[in-house]
Amino acid sequence: MSLAEEKVRGLLETMVLVRRFEEKIVEVYGAQDMKSPVHLCIGQEAVAAGVCANLKPGDLQFSTHRNHGHCLARGADPAALYAEFYGRETGCCHGRGGSMHPSFPELGIPGTTAIVGGTIPLAVGAGLAFSMRGQDNLAVAFFGDGASDQGILAESVSFAVLHRLPVLFVCENNGYAVASPLSARQPDPDVSARMAGFGLPTVVEDGNNAAAVYVAAAEAAARARAGEGPTFLEFKTYRWQGHVGPECDVERGCRPAEELAAWKKRCPVALFTRALLEKGVVDEAYVKDLYEKTDQRLDKALAEARKSPFPDPADIGRGVFAETGKADS
Amino acid sequence: MPWTHIYADKEDWEGLAPEKGLRSLSYVQALNETQELLLESDPAVFVLGEGVDDPGGVFGSTLGLAGKFGKKRVLDLPIAENGMTGVALGAALAGMRPIFVHMRTDFLLMCADQIANHAAKWRYMSGGNQGAPLVIRAIIGRGWGSAAQHSQALQSMFLPVPGLRIFTPATPYDAKGLLVWAVKSKDPVLFIEHRWLYGSVGYVPEGLYTVEPGQAVVRRQGTDATVVAVSHMNIEAARAARALSARGISIEIVDPRTIAPLDMETILKSVEKTGRLVICDCACRTGGAASEIAARVAEAGPSLLRAPVARVTFPDIPTPASPVLEEAYYPGAKDIARAVAEIMP
Repeated sequence: MSLAEEKVRGLLETMVLVRRFEEKIVEVYGAQDMKSPVHLCIGQEAVAAGVCANLKPGDLQFSTHRNHGHCLARGADPAALYAEFYGRETGCCHGRGGSMHPSFPELGIPGTTAIVGGTIPLAVGAGLAFSMRGQDNLAVAFFGDGASDQGILAESVSFAVLHRLPVLFVCENNGYAVASPLSARQPDPDVSARMAGFGLPTVVEDGNNAAAVYVAAAEAAARARAGEGPTFLEFKTYRWQGHVGPECDVERGCRPAEELAAWKKRCPVALFTRALLEKGVVDEAYVKDLYEKTDQRLDKALAEARKSPFPDPADIGRGVFAETGKADS
Repeated sequence: MPWTHIYADKEDWEGLAPEKGLRSLSYVQALNETQELLLESDPAVFVLGEGVDDPGGVFGSTLGLAGKFGKKRVLDLPIAENGMTGVALGAALAGMRPIFVHMRTDFLLMCADQIANHAAKWRYMSGGNQGAPLVIRAIIGRGWGSAAQHSQALQSMFLPVPGLRIFTPATPYDAKGLLVWAVKSKDPVLFIEHRWLYGSVGYVPEGLYTVEPGQAVVRRQGTDATVVAVSHMNIEAARAARALSARGISIEIVDPRTIAPLDMETILKSVEKTGRLVICDCACRTGGAASEIAARVAEAGPSLLRAPVARVTFPDIPTPASPVLEEAYYPGAKDIARAVAEIMP
């Protein structure tokens, strides 16, 4: 499958947006005024970009604590995210959710949870709703290899297979749950092999190759929309920063420096940029311009977020319930 | 009002219904009819749970629904409570109105993550953007040696979870009206039934109607003591009222109908009148609705009380199996009557 040029550029734009979005958090985080635990996805941008490029209006996606890339790839406004991380009223959750719970229902992101594995069955439930209503929409569950430790993954995959639900299980296997390597947590570190037993197609792809991610997700999406059931997509990738916060684990001695260096050589953004330059889809000027425009947009978003108003403390109880009767207080 | 009365024994109601020309249903019939009407009137509604389509039909409460609406809308589930609660929640987020059924409240602990961390918090942590209209029915079991893992009353464990409403209907009328309200609500509801209420009968209107949460009802007017009774304790309280009445003691029975939200206004108004308070809950003693009501009365109106507050609850002991021990475990009308008598001058 060859990708249309527009689609290809879209993938690059998304990856650059996610990369620079996260790098700017690293730059400002030391000021200690972004009081939200940030789980950065630097190094994993290709997965978000490649999967979300296959989604259409009405599709629902469910993400995790490491969600910034997934939200941006679906079209979330960086200013609404930054403002949320700064705890502002203008944030996507009006300062009630923070970095771990962004919500953009209008974009197909009903909300985000940060209990590992917790959102996987939600995608299955959304798939069940689509199936019951005869819609050709699909639902995506993003999760990491850490969630493959959870029983709820087995419960969810099994049920989706049983009812042939339109679900993409997207495992971003970055090899670590916080600082624990997969090999220390599972007797068989091959996540897909474990899942194959449930009777669904499993695909293992290079998660740092945006085109490969896109193609694998496109095939899975086509299956889902055709009523052929779920697919388990495992994308091997690597997280450059620590589990949470702007620092790198290597600096804390959590991971071998050589391992990080090797993965950095396979930077998903650089790999894709190089491939497009070689194929003549973009030129150096385009790339330079893309970075400049992205930076301008993000700098503006950050500045806006920083000067946005905080929520009114008197409104602390707003949004617990939709209906608030006399006895709800 | 026929819907405010608790009829402690079936015969009490059977004599009354035809006389007044009222339709009577049992609690389980009311639940069944409500789900049938909701399935009929709203294509987004579906019922799911382990065994909802089996020949028992969750003690009869879902009996016949699969035959009428098909097994897709009355969906049997694997025994994977947490994952399946997530599935129900995901469907709710995608615009459906699931009614998830558990045969025992004990199983709620298996899905505590999806209930407490996910469903209850969804609206708030999304900044009010998105609600989670999920209804979870769960039944408190009792008797026949059901023991420590099949007869717990765990609704109290969810009381401190913001974002959850907890309904505890005691009559067929309330079971129907509150379930309709729950399913039409935009937020999650824990709907707690009691197995021993399933056979109790009462007035149930035809068609769909709602009972608002947070509105207690005075089941019986009285002057000497207020007895707040939750769920099945209403039956016991009604029996206690008769026994006490014969001894010249008049109790006022208040059924909060929902323990979250709690209608303290009605409870305080009654305590203001009687000056005495006995709280009867189907749950262990510590940290339950009885404790919460006592605390709120202590906050809002300690001067209203002419005697210490008394609680009639399960002891802080796991439910035993032997019938002899069960008999000792569950408080009933006699215990309520004794508790009232003890705080009388």
